[in-house]
Amino acid sequence: MAEEYKSDDMKVVEDLTSSEYKWGFVTDIEEIKFPKGLNEDIIKKLSEVKNEPGWMTEWRLKAYRHWLKMEEPKWPKVKYDEVDFQDIIYYSAPKKKPQYESLDEVDPQLLETFEKLGIPLEEQKLLAGVAVDAVFDSVSVATTFKETLAEKGIIFCSMSEAIQNHPDLVKKYLGSVVPYTDNFYAALNSAVFSDGSFVYIPKGVRCPMELSTYFRINAMNTGQFERTLIVADEGSYVSYLEGCTAPMRDENQLHAAVVELIALDNAEIKYSTVQNWYPGDKEGKGGIYNFVTKRGLCKTNAKISWTQVETGSAVTWKYPSCILQGDNSIGEFYSVAVTNNFQQADTGTKMIHIGKNTRSTIVSKGISAGRSDNSYRGLVKISKNAENARNFSQCDSMLLSDTCGAHTFPYIEVENKSAVVEHEATTSKVNEEQIFYLNQRGISTEDAVNMIVNGFCKEVFKELPMEFAVEAQKLLAISLEGSVG
Amino acid sequence: MITIKNLHAKVEGKEILKGVNLQVNAGEIHAIMGPNGSGKSTLANVLAGHEGYEVTAGEVIFEGKDLIDMPPEDRAREGLFLAFQYPVEIPGITNTVFLQTAINEIRKYRGLPELGAKEFLDLMREKSKILNIDSSLISRSVNVGFSGGEKKKNEIFQLLMIDPKLAILDETDSGLDIDALKIVAKGINVFHNDKNAVIVVTHYQRLLDYIVPDFVHVLYDGKIIKSGDKNLALQLEKEGYDQLIKEAAEIEA
Amino acid sequence: MANSNKPNIKDKYIKDFELFESKLNGQSKSYLHSLRKTAIEKFKSAEFPTLKDEEWRYTNVKPILQSEFIPAANAGEITPSAGEAEKHLYTGFDYYKLVFVNGIFQPALSDIDGITGNAIVSNLGSLKEPELQKLKTHMESIGDSDNAFNILNKAFSVDGAVIFLPDNFILDKPVQILYLTGNEKSEILSSPRNLIVAGKNSQAKIIINYQPLFDVKYFTNVVTDVFTDENAIIDFYKIQNESEKAFHIDKIDITQKGKSVVSNFSLSFGGALVRNDINVLLDDEYIENHLYGLYLATGTQHVDNHTFIDHAKPNCESNELYKGILDEKARGIFSGKILVRKDAQKTNAFQSNKSVLLSDSATVDAKPQLEIYADDVKCSHGATVGQLDMTAYFYILSRGIPADLAKSMLIRAFANDVIEPIKIAALKEQLNHQILQHLHSKDF
Repeated sequence: MAEEYKSDDMKVVEDLTSSEYKWGFVTDIEEIKFPKGLNEDIIKKLSEVKNEPGWMTEWRLKAYRHWLKMEEPKWPKVKYDEVDFQDIIYYSAPKKKPQYESLDEVDPQLLETFEKLGIPLEEQKLLAGVAVDAVFDSVSVATTFKETLAEKGIIFCSMSEAIQNHPDLVKKYLGSVVPYTDNFYAALNSAVFSDGSFVYIPKGVRCPMELSTYFRINAMNTGQFERTLIVADEGSYVSYLEGCTAPMRDENQLHAAVVELIALDNAEIKYSTVQNWYPGDKEGKGGIYNFVTKRGLCKTNAKISWTQVETGSAVTWKYPSCILQGDNSIGEFYSVAVTNNFQQADTGTKMIHIGKNTRSTIVSKGISAGRSDNSYRGLVKISKNAENARNFSQCDSMLLSDTCGAHTFPYIEVENKSAVVEHEATTSKVNEEQIFYLNQRGISTEDAVNMIVNGFCKEVFKELPMEFAVEAQKLLAISLEGSVG
Repeated sequence: MITIKNLHAKVEGKEILKGVNLQVNAGEIHAIMGPNGSGKSTLANVLAGHEGYEVTAGEVIFEGKDLIDMPPEDRAREGLFLAFQYPVEIPGITNTVFLQTAINEIRKYRGLPELGAKEFLDLMREKSKILNIDSSLISRSVNVGFSGGEKKKNEIFQLLMIDPKLAILDETDSGLDIDALKIVAKGINVFHNDKNAVIVVTHYQRLLDYIVPDFVHVLYDGKIIKSGDKNLALQLEKEGYDQLIKEAAEIEA
Repeated sequence: MANSNKPNIKDKYIKDFELFESKLNGQSKSYLHSLRKTAIEKFKSAEFPTLKDEEWRYTNVKPILQSEFIPAANAGEITPSAGEAEKHLYTGFDYYKLVFVNGIFQPALSDIDGITGNAIVSNLGSLKEPELQKLKTHMESIGDSDNAFNILNKAFSVDGAVIFLPDNFILDKPVQILYLTGNEKSEILSSPRNLIVAGKNSQAKIIINYQPLFDVKYFTNVVTDVFTDENAIIDFYKIQNESEKAFHIDKIDITQKGKSVVSNFSLSFGGALVRNDINVLLDDEYIENHLYGLYLATGTQHVDNHTFIDHAKPNCESNELYKGILDEKARGIFSGKILVRKDAQKTNAFQSNKSVLLSDSATVDAKPQLEIYADDVKCSHGATVGQLDMTAYFYILSRGIPADLAKSMLIRAFANDVIEPIKIAALKEQLNHQILQHLHSKDF
């Protein structure tokens, strides 16, 4: 269906720009690889290599010193082998050379998945790390896009570029929502983040395109400690999509990203994520640890909406949150989390109501299969002065096997009597009567389960940009393949 | 079309069908009647392949193929359709998506090309007119928030769309007011022709005023105790089942 | 992580135990004392909970640890008059009566005439050897669910109510257990240890009523164990009416066998700092469990309710309903966990927590949790926080009813779901009255 409203020409253009932008992000350092381990010298060197100003180096060092005093959180309902932080290489130059000469050399299983997801051929090459035609790697189309954005005064660049070219904005907002003292992984990220994206939307500007189109490919080489900062100035709007439905393999096991959103008065940010990092094999070996801190700050009348489809990673630990500081501000969280085989996910949100007349909505759909564990963990806090705050939370879990677990851990803290907070949660298995009904109409059990699961997730999918909603549905089917009957 | 021989079936360990024999040919309409608990719905579900029902003896041959070990989706693809007594709700899946998937799965099985979007929509429009179905109903999730009558109408709508060889209607008339009943009956009559067959499972004679059966069977205690033509239904309406049951018991003894 | 409460409070209680033991003479060799000795050993390595413990994140027990309570066994005994005791009882129906003062049994104030057969309705301190033999299997354990307070109870538990119902025994009248606590001369630690064992097909209604003897500061630290064998039906009404200066920590462990039905009511009115833990183990099939809770708090009262339902076997049903009404500067907490283990297929588990805030300074925290490992289950929980129904309020006012009465009516209406299932009509009526009386804030 995605194809219906997007002509093939458009797609080619997008692909071109994406590919261009990918290379555009790469700085000029080549073949630099740090030794394993982390200490102040490594951080200084990292900052130096990236040609960062002194204040940035100082900030990283402060974060590092704080991190040393912190302990790894143990409260999430996940189990994993301990991470040896001295066994990690904290900087290596992005790979410029493609790994393969043609698609024939790529793992056929990976290609099969690309095929199922309906990813265009040229994009498949990029994702798999295959050399791309020279024509494809052109500058001109990207420039058009850059010009469109520049005309409106929108800044969209890598975090490294932003530190060089927009130091005032970075200095003002970096760490303003997620301070380096926030938690163990946020502190680590602040000390060693490699790169990420920076977005600034000026006052009153409505960003004319989904910033997703770039990022789809950009996500490839941002490294394991990604840092994203989005600032929507007064009255502006932006929709941003990170990640990719295509399975992402990465040699780095630990991923600790930080995303900060700032929506100033009357601004709106829509942030969508599709996370499909390598989940490990069927026996639970390997897979990414995805420990992410995401938080947005809403000023008066502002709105932040998080939508996520989480199907990947061996271990996920992630709570995209909203601080509703301004009066009448709105926070939303829509999530689908799928776990299969031995995956573990502990995810949810925090809605912190501070301003008056603040509203928040939480819709979380957890689907567990195989031997996986899937937890929703969320906090709704209504502070003392948050008059007339409203929250509605709906957390549903669906179980597809008798060896998996589905858990719900909501925390509700209310300090103001005018608040209305409602939380509902249900857990159930896929209904056998539904499957029989679908079978009786000629639909196989596997397809029947996919249909039921997609129906179950619909409230979340409808929040995604259209083309990703379609891909997300397919992704769900692939993630749950072979998990029923 | 379908031949049922000495069919025995259990539900939760209890034997409900105790030797059902039935022959239905193309072009025929059969009504199966009987008091509550006689096994009517069990028969319908067993034929459709519900896994909660265990066939312990007998055979069912549908268009030359043995149904007993066939999964329910293959029975559907072979051309067997069950209109459910209690149609199931499927949140988040629209009728359109649902029917398009179902029809194309059946077509794939039969080696036919899939229906394109336009052909499918035309078909929907044509069939929904027959039943006076509102187009907004079609874009809603399958049976979610439908009234009882709407659900039953939707079953008949699916029947017209899928156009099977054998339609089994399990108490499709229950809970319908007279106007809705007429529309449902109209749909069934539009569907029926000399190449397909209908089995109407019902408790009351009323539906049979609008769908004239060629044969009427009385099911009692898991067996067909009497068969006849449409007059049998009228006789039952007047006299009730008691007399028949008594006669059957005497013959048994 | 040593607690730096000046002077170390643990050492104080360990010294108290030594003093208590030195006065025991012959009894120091008894079975009950051997249990206490095991407990005090365990206590030496236990730590009192802090805000860092997930299960105590909303309740700071420092006020309890900063006081130096004297275990009742070491303090002088007081015996109130029969009339004084009578004032604190729920009345208007027939019941057997067990009265304790500062956790010590008062035979003169109690009345268990008419208990027949092999049933025991008595107190821990006066159990004889053959009776102890029957109950031993239910008494020995210090379990995983025991925190430092619970272990402290077990170290100082000299007395408590004991009810034993043999198979097929139906208790003809409810038992009302009255705990009167407080001493004008010293700050008392009362450590009741209650035990209820219901045999197959047995039935009983049990009321446990905590009341102040004096309106002073004291600490009631209770552990209650309930065992129900197959087909037993037990209604258990815990009504907490402690002094508003008192601390109350209570743990109830309920273990149910096949087809038994337990209805547990936990009604909290009094206390400065209250913590109620209820742990239910559904250890067989076709069990029914109902937990009802009501907490009314005003002033600076702090009431923390924790429940844990462990669905260990298939085909069981649990239903939980907790309601809170918080006024003035009170804080109410509900944390309820439902665990459905891998084998517990066909479980039905429902939980609901609703609370209303009546004042600007009242707070409420809710943490309903589902932890589910079986797939063929129906589980749900819901939590809401809000205010009283303002439309209904104006409706009542418009019929000429004064504001504070209108408000009381709405509070009663809100509490009704919890009170309605109470099977003793006279008790229900008195509780309804108590709810009307309890809250009296003008502004909402």
